[in-house]
Amino acid sequence: MNGEIVAFCCEHSAYVAADAAGKQGLHCPENLRIIRVPCAGRVDIIHILKAVEEGAVAVLVLGCEDGLCQHLTGNVRAKERVKYSETLLKEIGIDGRRVAMFNLAANAPHKFIQAINEMNERMKESGEEK
Amino acid sequence: MIVAERKPIKEIIQMIAPYKKVLLAGCETCVAICWTGGEKEVGILASQLRLARSKEGKKIGTVETTAERQCEKEMVEELRDKVEGVEAVLSLACGAGIQTIAEVFEDKPVFPAVNTTFLGSPEGEGVWLENCGACGDCFLDRTGGICPMVRCAKGILNGPCGGTRKGGKCEIDPDKDCAWVLIYNRLEKQGRLDLMEKYYPPKNFRAVKRPGKMEAIKA
Repeated sequence: MNGEIVAFCCEHSAYVAADAAGKQGLHCPENLRIIRVPCAGRVDIIHILKAVEEGAVAVLVLGCEDGLCQHLTGNVRAKERVKYSETLLKEIGIDGRRVAMFNLAANAPHKFIQAINEMNERMKESGEEK
Repeated sequence: MIVAERKPIKEIIQMIAPYKKVLLAGCETCVAICWTGGEKEVGILASQLRLARSKEGKKIGTVETTAERQCEKEMVEELRDKVEGVEAVLSLACGAGIQTIAEVFEDKPVFPAVNTTFLGSPEGEGVWLENCGACGDCFLDRTGGICPMVRCAKGILNGPCGGTRKGGKCEIDPDKDCAWVLIYNRLEKQGRLDLMEKYYPPKNFRAVKRPGKMEAIKA
C-alpha cells in the first residue's frame, strides 16, 4: 500500500460511483486502491489504522449521503470512527488529515474523483509523499 | 462494574520504550464493556504503538491477547505461552487485573495501559457514571437507593445543602442532578419522606480495613 490512497467504498454508493467513473473514462489518480465494503459502517478503526501502518498515504471512507444509508446509520457510525481515527493518529504525531470521510451518491462519479483529488492535494500540502 | 480510562499514549510509549516485543493483554470483562481494554482496544493500541515506533524509524513486535477475566489467576495462567515469548506485558485491565498478571508472571515487567477510575454503571451509549464508592458501610436503605456519598458533590449525609439550583441541579456542576433532590423524589414516590427528616451522624469511613479482604463460604 506504499504511497497509495486507500478508499473503502460502500457498495451501494461510492463503489457504484467509482465504477461509473471508470466507465465514463474520468481521470482517476493512479495511486488509488479501492476496497469494496458492504457499508461504510463496516469499516472499523483498526482497518483505517492498519492501512496507515501498511504505508497508505491517505485513507478514505466513502459512504452514502446523510440520511440515505442502506443500513440506516452505517455512514454516521463511519464518520464517528473516522473522526476518532484522526484523533488516534494525531496522538502519535501523524497528520490526522490523512484520514477522511466523504458522502456521495451512486450517480455522482465526478464527486468520487473530486474526493480522491482533494485527498491527493491535501497530502501534497502536508508534504506527504505520493 | 469497574470503569477505567486509557492512559495518555505518550505515557504508554515512554513506559515500553526499552522493549522490542510486548504483549498487550486486554480483559473481556469490565474494561471491555467500558470500551477501554477489550479485544478491539487492544488491537487499536497495538497499531498505534507500531505506528509510533515506526515513525521513529524503529520496530516493535506486538502480541495481542485478551483474558476472559484478568483478575483471576487461572484465566491469566492461560496466557503463559504468549507471555513467555515477550520482553514485557502491557495490561489493559483494571488495577486488579494488572496486579494479577504481574503476580502470576513475576519475572516479566508488567505495565498499566489504563487508569482504573471508579465503580460505575452505564448511563447511555459510551457514558458511565460513578454511583458507588465501595465504602463498606452501605447507606442506600435510607436514601431510596441513591448514594449521597458519591452522587452528591459534597458527599453530605444530611442534605440537600443550601445550593440546589432551580430544576434540581447541583450548585457545583449545573449539568449534574442534585443527589438529594433525586433522593427526595424517590422517597416521595415510595411514601417514605419521613426518612428525610431524620438526622444521620457522620459515617464510619473505616468500615473496610484497607487493603480489603473477604473470605466467603460458597452457599
